[in-house]
Amino acid sequence: MSTGTLYDKVWDLHRVAELPGGATQLFIGLHLIHEVTTPQAFDGLRDLGLSVRHPERTVATVDHIVPTTSQARPFADPLAEQMLATLERNCAEHGITLHGLGSGRQGIVHVIAPELGLTQPGMTVACGDSHTSTHGAFGAIAFGIGTSQVRDVLAAQSLALSKLKVRRIWVDGRLSAGVYAKDLVLHIIRTLGVKGGVGFAYEFAGPAIEALSMEERMTLCNMAIEGGARCGYVNPDATTFGYLKGRLAAPDGEAWERAVAWWSTLASGPDAHFDDEVRFDAATLAPTVTWGITPGQGIAVDETVPTLEQTEPNERPIAEEAYRYMDLKPGTPIAGLPVDVCFIGSCTNGRLSDLQAAALVAKGRHVAPGIKAFVVPGSEQVAAAAEAEGLDEVFKEAGFEWREPGCSMCLAMNPDRLEGRQISASSSNRNFKGRQGSASGRTLLMSPAMVAAAAVTGRVSDVRQLLAP
Amino acid sequence: MTTSVSFPTGSIERLEGRALVMSGDDIDTDRIIPARFLKSISFEGLGEQVFADDRKELGGAHPFDRPEHRGAQILMANRNFGCGSSREHAPQALMRWGIRAIVAESYAEIFFGNCLALGIPCFTASHQVVLDLQQAASVDPMTEFLLEVATGQIQRTGPEPGPAWNLELPSGVRQMLLSGQWDATGQLVAHDDELRATAARLPYVNGFQVA
Repeated sequence: MSTGTLYDKVWDLHRVAELPGGATQLFIGLHLIHEVTTPQAFDGLRDLGLSVRHPERTVATVDHIVPTTSQARPFADPLAEQMLATLERNCAEHGITLHGLGSGRQGIVHVIAPELGLTQPGMTVACGDSHTSTHGAFGAIAFGIGTSQVRDVLAAQSLALSKLKVRRIWVDGRLSAGVYAKDLVLHIIRTLGVKGGVGFAYEFAGPAIEALSMEERMTLCNMAIEGGARCGYVNPDATTFGYLKGRLAAPDGEAWERAVAWWSTLASGPDAHFDDEVRFDAATLAPTVTWGITPGQGIAVDETVPTLEQTEPNERPIAEEAYRYMDLKPGTPIAGLPVDVCFIGSCTNGRLSDLQAAALVAKGRHVAPGIKAFVVPGSEQVAAAAEAEGLDEVFKEAGFEWREPGCSMCLAMNPDRLEGRQISASSSNRNFKGRQGSASGRTLLMSPAMVAAAAVTGRVSDVRQLLAP
Repeated sequence: MTTSVSFPTGSIERLEGRALVMSGDDIDTDRIIPARFLKSISFEGLGEQVFADDRKELGGAHPFDRPEHRGAQILMANRNFGCGSSREHAPQALMRWGIRAIVAESYAEIFFGNCLALGIPCFTASHQVVLDLQQAASVDPMTEFLLEVATGQIQRTGPEPGPAWNLELPSGVRQMLLSGQWDATGQLVAHDDELRATAARLPYVNGFQVA
């Protein structure tokens, strides 16, 4: 049983009651909602005759279903239009703030809450989306929930939960040039496995983590769930406070001073006890690419697709399934593999620094013939900031499409999708079969800079060679 | 196909029915219900779409299509079942097809919680027990099983019941199912005084006035 960790402190502070079944009722400080996982929750609330307990603690946006070409209403897809209209109606009825299209604040829910200063250290954050773990980057306990639980948070601003164990993932060293937080997290998942984190919260700590920007920390925590950990977090520090200062919902004046004083007490202390600890060295990492159908099937860009002999016996059946689905032979180098579509965006890698890293590769080059490449900013604020520094022009001159914000081809609930057996180089988070909208479509996960490298070369390429002076 | 059987309500003590097997680790929620079927404001009709892409690929040979599995209520899976997205559409699709309990080596946590919120117990068992059960269900798909929530035991019914296998369920979850309080909303709403007290001591609620 862990003690003295940030997870323990935040958990204890938010305990409302112990429930008869042994679960703990936990107060939820910030509830984020979107159009996909909430309509049935609001219906459930109505069926029970309940109202929203704390409408001021729920914040809505629209992200999953929005088109990224034209966002004019009504949407061409009547189902998408119906989902957004339903969210608008529910928010209006219950007094919930909705950051809608064109508000200047709309975007992927896990991008906008941090940039608006809503996500803060020491909070509990819940959202009907598994990538809610993203918000752990601020030292919050943040996790995804299902629609019945969305209803519970609406009704009671709390959830029935069981405490997780805590594994500290200590990362020494520094990431080298051309290697990003995405590569680090893909490497961690590759090592610990997609099931390794089940039952755990992941605390990311150590010199390499302390050196990461907030956006990099968000990428890292975002994919904790891909390693099976329902939440991942980083202890808050000066980087965290610096990011939050001056943001819309962040405290200011004297409250800011008090907030920083409290936030500074939250980090896992020197006496903290963890249920498990593992160590990594960031300095040895290379750009990492997935070759298979789970985020754990990743390899360094200079490695070859593992053979069955190189694969743990337990993992061999899914490796064989991946060889078939991906049409890749064991022993094949991943570098040089031709791709069809290149997607830069998502709650994992759709922030300004992600676009900057990709633009650095795209600048002065051009998308290879026959490749479709597009950039989907994570939010309207990200889009505006990128346009202010001319990144949109860099991408367009290089032959990329510059789109409107949304989840887009990460999960292809909007018109952006793979066709047939196309292979995508994608900065998103899941390479599951059929994930990107075609039942036989194939996904290679990588950093945004690596996606840009794939776009301009037409194949999986080591971005370090393109960044070399 | 979708059964006309009603959805779980109240106390869930036992389940009697046939089983079907989904072999393989890491069966994710995108496979259970592809994202394009989430484009709806209700869960209706999801039963027909469960494992839609896998089923299309197998052209009728998928366990969820085979006639002998029609009406099966127990799903037997392997490790990390339901990983990926938090979409409750995944357990909703399984439930609306007719699944009322799952036995697997392990689950993704969000999926486990989503199933519980629908009154679908997710039992775990050792690798060997799961293999034995999958074998028993595969050899004769007409095999009827009796699953007792209180004891966590499952066995074949009929003239030759055979041995009971032991399954596991966290004791709190077991209590919630047996008492019919697996749907937490009522309990949560009942603690409103405690909720107020908790909110009052949270620095980010009270203007960071730390005591």
